[in-house]
Amino acid sequence: MPPSALPDGDPAPESGELPSGALATVPTTDLAVYVHVPFCTVRCGYCDFNTYTLTELGGPGAAIGVDSYAEAALRELDLARTVLGDEAPSVATVFVGGGTPTMLRSADLVTVLGGIRDRFGLAPGAEVTTEANPDSVTPQSLAELAQGGYTRVSIGMQSAVPHVLRTLERTHDPANVAKAVAATRDAGMQVSIDLIYGTPGESLDDWRRSLEAAIALEPDHVSAYALVVEEGTKLAAQVRRGVVPAPEDDDEADKYELADAMLSEAGFGWYEVSNWARSPRNRCRHNVAYWAGTNWWGIGPGAHSHVGGVRWWNVKHPSAYAARLASGASPAHARETLTDEQRYDERVLLGSRLVDGLPLGDLRGSARAAVAGLIAEGLVEGAAAVGGGRLVLTRRGRLLADTVVHRLLAA
Amino acid sequence: MARTALAPHATPPELIRNFCIIAHIDHGKSTLADRMLQLTGVVDARAMRAQYLDRMDIERERGITIKSQAVRMPWEVDGTTYALNMIDTPGHVDFTYEVSRSLAACEGAVLLVDAAQGIEAQTLANLYLAMENDLTIIPVLNKIDLPAAQPEKYAEELAKLIGVEPEDCLRVSGKTGAGVEPLLDTIVAKLPAPVGNPDAPARAMIFDSVYDTYRGVVTYVRVVDGNLNPRERIVMMSTKATHELLEIGVISPEPVPSKGLGVGEVGYLITGVKDVRQSRVGDTVTNASKPATKDLGGYRDPKPMVFSGLYPIDGSDYPDLREALDKLKLNDAALVYEPETSAALGFGFRCGFLGLLHLEIVRERLEREFGLDLISTQPNVVYDVTMDDGKQVHVTNPSEYPDGKIREVSEPVVRATILAPTEFVGAIMELCQQKRGNLRGMDYLSEDRVEMRYTLPLAEIVFDFFDQLKSRTRGYASLDYEPDGEQVADLVKVEILLQGETVDAFSAIVHKDKAYAYGVMMASKLKDLIPRQQFEVPIQAAIGSRIIARENIRAIRKDVLAKCYGGDISRKRKLLEKQKEGKKRMKMVGRVEVPQEAFIAALSSDSAGDKAKK
Repeated sequence: MPPSALPDGDPAPESGELPSGALATVPTTDLAVYVHVPFCTVRCGYCDFNTYTLTELGGPGAAIGVDSYAEAALRELDLARTVLGDEAPSVATVFVGGGTPTMLRSADLVTVLGGIRDRFGLAPGAEVTTEANPDSVTPQSLAELAQGGYTRVSIGMQSAVPHVLRTLERTHDPANVAKAVAATRDAGMQVSIDLIYGTPGESLDDWRRSLEAAIALEPDHVSAYALVVEEGTKLAAQVRRGVVPAPEDDDEADKYELADAMLSEAGFGWYEVSNWARSPRNRCRHNVAYWAGTNWWGIGPGAHSHVGGVRWWNVKHPSAYAARLASGASPAHARETLTDEQRYDERVLLGSRLVDGLPLGDLRGSARAAVAGLIAEGLVEGAAAVGGGRLVLTRRGRLLADTVVHRLLAA
Repeated sequence: MARTALAPHATPPELIRNFCIIAHIDHGKSTLADRMLQLTGVVDARAMRAQYLDRMDIERERGITIKSQAVRMPWEVDGTTYALNMIDTPGHVDFTYEVSRSLAACEGAVLLVDAAQGIEAQTLANLYLAMENDLTIIPVLNKIDLPAAQPEKYAEELAKLIGVEPEDCLRVSGKTGAGVEPLLDTIVAKLPAPVGNPDAPARAMIFDSVYDTYRGVVTYVRVVDGNLNPRERIVMMSTKATHELLEIGVISPEPVPSKGLGVGEVGYLITGVKDVRQSRVGDTVTNASKPATKDLGGYRDPKPMVFSGLYPIDGSDYPDLREALDKLKLNDAALVYEPETSAALGFGFRCGFLGLLHLEIVRERLEREFGLDLISTQPNVVYDVTMDDGKQVHVTNPSEYPDGKIREVSEPVVRATILAPTEFVGAIMELCQQKRGNLRGMDYLSEDRVEMRYTLPLAEIVFDFFDQLKSRTRGYASLDYEPDGEQVADLVKVEILLQGETVDAFSAIVHKDKAYAYGVMMASKLKDLIPRQQFEVPIQAAIGSRIIARENIRAIRKDVLAKCYGGDISRKRKLLEKQKEGKKRMKMVGRVEVPQEAFIAALSSDSAGDKAKK
């Protein structure tokens, strides 16, 4: 799910080549692959992801579309294999996101996974997830995915309340969510549910209904995100014109607390600010890889990658992406090489979001000294810090994670 | 046109005519002046455009001395050559005193009025000033070439004002030159020649004083008695300071050194001083060897009426601000300042100005010429506080307002003149009522225009009077005012507290009846401007220990970014880096972090300059 606006960066070489320092981390670090599928049937009003409707891309016969996507993705995988070299480890996790990955035929999704397996191999017990729209899966297509090696499906439920779904412009039939969950489980895959809270017009009771509905589906994993009104979306325009009210932080805080309480009650444990799992082994290992700062390669238009302190991101438009690869060039748009300072900042930023927390030893002395104050203010768990030597946020601290990170980095 | 100009120092007073032009800002004074320069042959037609219409640019490049403060022009009538001195008058309400000195240097004034617009309040005020100085007035309607011109209508208005017949109003067009030659003839015919004693000790009045980077201070004078000569020593009578006259001359239209200046003549002096304070407008210059015993009278120390704190937005610019003020002071006798510290804004200067326009001019010059980014606090006037024990406190900054038992507080008032179409009389009366004004008189200039005279507290003018006046009269009203003493008023100091801590920059002295409104306005403004903190922040407005308004900034509960996956990470880190920078621009008020932008936004009263511009 790359955000729509690409950051500024340094030029990326056409060959996709990486500096030797970054490459040196490849053999010893886990490798994850993200695959971005930039297609949707319609664009939802709140969404600022890099995604396109087929009409926007020019319909059948366009330079790239659902039929030719897999081919372009395999080309980038070839490039990844060349750049990372023979010492690249087998891939531990794969995550296919979008857009709507299930707009591709299951066969194509399986082809892309096969392409990864052929070039890198999959580690034993690899986690392979795809996002799915409840309307674009069938028991048959899900069975095909399972057969092809997928182990986990993340279903975009968002809400169980019709007027909320309407505001979000989500067109799926709420009844189809249960069917998709059942079919996923029947196919032997794990189920994750995505929810959004804070939609304009959503009451606390609406949100409670959505949580109850999600819990009733007995998923293995739940992600719940506060709605962010992103610049340039239809929703942002509506908020600006006063057609719909802007989401309110206090309301979102109430809803976060309700989610954490209800999910805990139902046996889910939080392991990252916006993620809960039925048990530690149901955590999304792919996402954990992002927060742990391991290496990952992002395939697809606009996808971001990270290898050994170098981040890069691909050109956004699918046609430009396909054209780059067809000409044998890297689709990277730009990249950045993190300084030690930036790596430290990221480490604090990402590590503090996790239930496993940030080892206090990773903090600089001055930041460690600030921890006592954060505990006193009820933002950081005292027991985890004193007993476990780790910085773990309290529920209140999770909501104020920005404040905590600022305080640690300013210390 | 005169073929040969008369030599300065040897011109008989009866051949001299000293005049100024009283006009509103857009009514064509400069164009008319340029036409006069051309017709009198001081500037030829070819050089005209390059040299004079564009002279503002030249002034900017070369300093200010070439400005035509007082131009000497030859003019021939019936075979006799006369010397006409055209004296420039500053054109704004804040500079009434400077205007009065310029007028005092003349025997007559050309009252120039746009034939399409009629007279404006400020022109009227200057006209009254000229009449008080017993100047002979020549009424002139300008821009008669305009299709919208209504010379008949405005001739009647002018005639009524100065007590002449409408036919006596001359009609000119500065643009085409029509009527300008008859105007010059009229100046010679109607204005009295200067009178003075050539044998007495010299007495010359300073009517302007400007600083030039290359020459030092250039002083403009009108000689009343005696004469001034090159290389002699002169005395400034108010300060008793003695200087040597390095150069003396007339402007025609470039400075031309002369053998001296005699009775009735107008010219410039250069003594090598570097600060206009050593050569003050209104002072009398005399010979050191044979000093006059009595000055010409009318000298006044410039008195700042409006005060505001000026602070650099970037604290490290403070030394630059000091240096810039020191430089500006050389050319601005009325500018006063002293260092001041604000808990909220850091180091800055409390500056005194003649009025709002003066404030805006200084601020603009500091920003434009010296490249400073400034924040100015809400302007305030000067208050004299008498304590119960009889102790007097002079307050130029609300933070100096004394605690304890106060017997009375007095504030400056102004005499305001408002000109407007008659349909707005009701709206203006209502406004002036709200602003604590007293109607002193009202006259109809014509059937559809009225002049209203009010006494108003200067503090109300400084606050938002002019904006309100303009909006309630759809821009048709014009305003002029001049200081008119002090009055005792029921004033209180309203303080703004953040979490119980007074924020000095937001304190204000206001009338008791308006304290509540000010408190509510400021508290709600700050509520919107200050970001939520981890704890609740009460904002209070208080008079002494009495809370009159209260708002709450609720504690922040959520700031976390919900999603932080692959591509979000760079974005979030960059945001974090930006916020770290922003942290440096935070000011702490107690435990409360207030962004500098919040101070700026809360203090910007939609810019004082908009009010002052007329």
